[in-house]
Amino acid sequence: MALLDVRNLSVDYLTDDGTPLRAVEDVSFSLKQGRSLGLVGESGCGKTTAMLGVLRLLPAEGRIVSGEVRYRGVDLLRLSEQEMRKHRWNKIAIVFQGAMNALNPVRTIGDQIAEPIMLHGAATDKKAASERVGELLEMVGITPEMARQYPHQYSGGMRQRAMTAMALACSPDILIADEPTTALDVMIQAQILDLFQHLQKQLGLSIILVTHDLGVVAEICDDVLVMYGGRTAEYASVDTIYNEPLHPYTQRLMQAFPDIDGPALKTSLASIPGYPPPLDALPPGCRFEPRCHRKSDVCAVESPPLVAVKPGHYVACHFAEG
Amino acid sequence: MQRGDYLIRKIFFALATLVVVIVFNFFLFRILPGDPIKAIVRSPRLTREAKEKLRGDFGLDKPVFFDAEQLREGDVTGAFDTQFAAYVRALLRGNLGISFHSRRDVGEVLAERVWRIVVLVAAGETLALVLGMTMELVSAWRRGTRLDMTILLWALFSWGLPTFFLGIILLILARGHLPTGGMVIPGLKPENGWAYWADVGKHLILPTLTMAIVYTSSYVMIMRSSVVEVLSEDYILTAKAKGLSTFQILRDHALKNAMLPMVTMIALNLGYTVGGAIQVETVFSWPGIGRLMYDAVMKRDYPVLQGCFLLLAVSVIAANFLADLLYTVLDPRVQPK
Amino acid sequence: MEQFREIWRTFRRRPIGIVGALTLLSVVFVAIFAPWLAPYDPDEKIDVEPGDLLAPPDAGHLLGRDDAGKDVLSQLIYGARVSLTVGFVASFMSMFIGTTVGLVAGYFGGRIGNALMRVVDFLMVIPDLPLMLVIISLWGRGLWKIILVIGLLGWTYTARLVRSQVLSIKERQFILRARAIGAGSLRIIARHVFPQVLPLILAEAVLDISGAIIAESSLSFLGLGDPTLVSWGMMLNFAFERAISRMAWWFLLPPGFAIIWVSLGLVLMGSTLEEIVNPRLKSHHLFDPRRMVALVAGESASQRISE
Repeated sequence: MALLDVRNLSVDYLTDDGTPLRAVEDVSFSLKQGRSLGLVGESGCGKTTAMLGVLRLLPAEGRIVSGEVRYRGVDLLRLSEQEMRKHRWNKIAIVFQGAMNALNPVRTIGDQIAEPIMLHGAATDKKAASERVGELLEMVGITPEMARQYPHQYSGGMRQRAMTAMALACSPDILIADEPTTALDVMIQAQILDLFQHLQKQLGLSIILVTHDLGVVAEICDDVLVMYGGRTAEYASVDTIYNEPLHPYTQRLMQAFPDIDGPALKTSLASIPGYPPPLDALPPGCRFEPRCHRKSDVCAVESPPLVAVKPGHYVACHFAEG
Repeated sequence: MQRGDYLIRKIFFALATLVVVIVFNFFLFRILPGDPIKAIVRSPRLTREAKEKLRGDFGLDKPVFFDAEQLREGDVTGAFDTQFAAYVRALLRGNLGISFHSRRDVGEVLAERVWRIVVLVAAGETLALVLGMTMELVSAWRRGTRLDMTILLWALFSWGLPTFFLGIILLILARGHLPTGGMVIPGLKPENGWAYWADVGKHLILPTLTMAIVYTSSYVMIMRSSVVEVLSEDYILTAKAKGLSTFQILRDHALKNAMLPMVTMIALNLGYTVGGAIQVETVFSWPGIGRLMYDAVMKRDYPVLQGCFLLLAVSVIAANFLADLLYTVLDPRVQPK
Repeated sequence: MEQFREIWRTFRRRPIGIVGALTLLSVVFVAIFAPWLAPYDPDEKIDVEPGDLLAPPDAGHLLGRDDAGKDVLSQLIYGARVSLTVGFVASFMSMFIGTTVGLVAGYFGGRIGNALMRVVDFLMVIPDLPLMLVIISLWGRGLWKIILVIGLLGWTYTARLVRSQVLSIKERQFILRARAIGAGSLRIIARHVFPQVLPLILAEAVLDISGAIIAESSLSFLGLGDPTLVSWGMMLNFAFERAISRMAWWFLLPPGFAIIWVSLGLVLMGSTLEEIVNPRLKSHHLFDPRRMVALVAGESASQRISE
């Protein structure tokens, strides 16, 4: 049984007058124990929204309108809020982008890490919790004494690591990391990636890495789901994606990204001309059609379904066969 | 930001405002038509000795602000030996003049009555704060429900309620059940110990209630915008992602952050609170500084009026400064490194 | 122009705002048509007998008579004129000053901006009512004096608000473009910045009017109103001084409720406008979680959406 099985997840955002904008359409993936998934796409493609949907953490105007999110067989979307809370952090934890504001500025780091520990019962008294906090901080390379400090006293990289430590507090099965390396310098990025790899090896942790940085995905992930305009463009193993991309969008991404065996370079997605479609003006056909280099008439009219071109390789394109 | 820098800026600001108020107070009474200071000296109600004392203390035979002639002659000290200087000197000595009406030293009268307004404001504000914050937290917990809407409408309604009129309504409603005027039943004195203070307390109920009702709505609204601001912060999402319930999130994360701007707002609001206290004291004849000011207006007792204004303005400035100080203690981001 | 139509469209859909606007309009109506609505002329000299003083309501005097034997209802109706006049004029004054200060401080920034904001801070710290009491006592009573005092002291909040709006608008594309083509500052402020802040100013103005009305009524209640005019605050001053022991509720209560009525209307209308123009109710993370997951076993998703 898959650790996390997401099927046909669709999420809407409601505008002021109530009209729904579809931010995530029919996204599915399957995450097995010990394997990691890279969720790739431009900003605004819906990848963060999809993850928030999985944990039912959407903002006030968000609505999950269809789908299933099965964690070890249990559909999280159909649990009561109370039940859901027991799964959050405990089983699936999330590290948000931009850790500065994601930490409460008026409470100490140690306090905030201890909080889920005490909440989910991983420790029953303050002393045990404190020890665990120390362990976690060491695991991410922060001296335990720093637990007494406040977020503004940590550097950016330290905060990211502290958030990761916090996410691991209850030994979750799955860690969702939303853009963990964006806005950090290269040295710190490398540290964070090392940490992730370490966690994968030592703890068998499954990581869902949400990012637009393909270099990072290559390092950490086993499978990749490429999203565009709220939909899945392509979903396959990391080798397949990098070596035999079939969706035009994936192909362009790979072109912009030189060589996974070569020196690690920053990918520049702006090299694909054009902009992703605005949610309130989604094209009727394939969402990538306006920017596609392989398009033909059918693309503007009909939205391509996601098909399994090969076992384990899914593509949503009318010309998938290549 | 370094705590030191922050403090220095705040001290400077407080002092500067103080200076402005003092200068303003001085000019107000001399520039407006019907120069009341000159009027004092001509007032038949004062004895010759009192008039002479006033003339001396306030340097009424000297130029008002500075002496241009002496300044040109290079006599700096002489140039500033003026009414204004005399005024400041007197002020520093605590000399605020003599009441037209009672012929008592203004400072004395103020000192006698100041604790009463302090008690009223303290009691009213505390009650308003507690009620206001609680109501807003309940509102936040049950956002969008009818309870939330009711609280919001109530807050809006009491925002448009004149304080003095609320006092009148409560006075009418409570007549016969609670004391509605004065501070204490005539005859009781502090020497009577507990009986005295209990009676004072009874007389304090209606005035405090009036203050509280009016200012609760202020605090609900202030807290509301603070809470809304806080609830859209990322760390609230983190807290939710950790599996905390709405109540836990409000209590352990939102509350402290939402309260920080409250501290500054309470101090800023103090100006209005003082205005409310004046009205409440007037309606309930509570013998504090507010009522004193009202009586002074009625009787055209300008020295007392001036003294009250100075006292109230200085208090509010000081309170604002203290609030800024308190902020440095509460917010770990404004701490010495 | 377009944005005003948009605002009006949104406003139309907010019942609370509509209620407020209608309430306000009722008062405006009464004020305008006072001479026709009021059964008696408050200035007219009448002969009174002792029994007429503080007479309770009867057929001829629906709200009874005051301590001088005059009809309360007529005074109440004419009082609307004073309140609205003070409200609108004083508010206009403080809006004008506040907007100018806010625009200058926000757009030009730097030393001028800082200096202006310090002035704002000063004024905000000094307590309003004591200051107004002192000024009016010394200066003398009169309608215009009251209007001036309220107007000259009430602009600080607007200045702050406008300034912060201008700061955020300043860096927007269309402003930068205008600067790039060499448009002068004044022109930019007048043609580009000001129209953007105008909706906010108007929303605040409505709220400000209620503040001004309450300020005038407080000053009048404390004995500093214009003695030649009848205002609600003054009525309450007389009522409180002379009618309270006799519990002449017909004299004591109506003026106060009138103040509440108009101010409530303004507050409801103003806060609705404020929310439309400056939606501070941002999307936040804490709300009824049951609404998030739109699926319920058996119900189709599209049904849920159209709810």
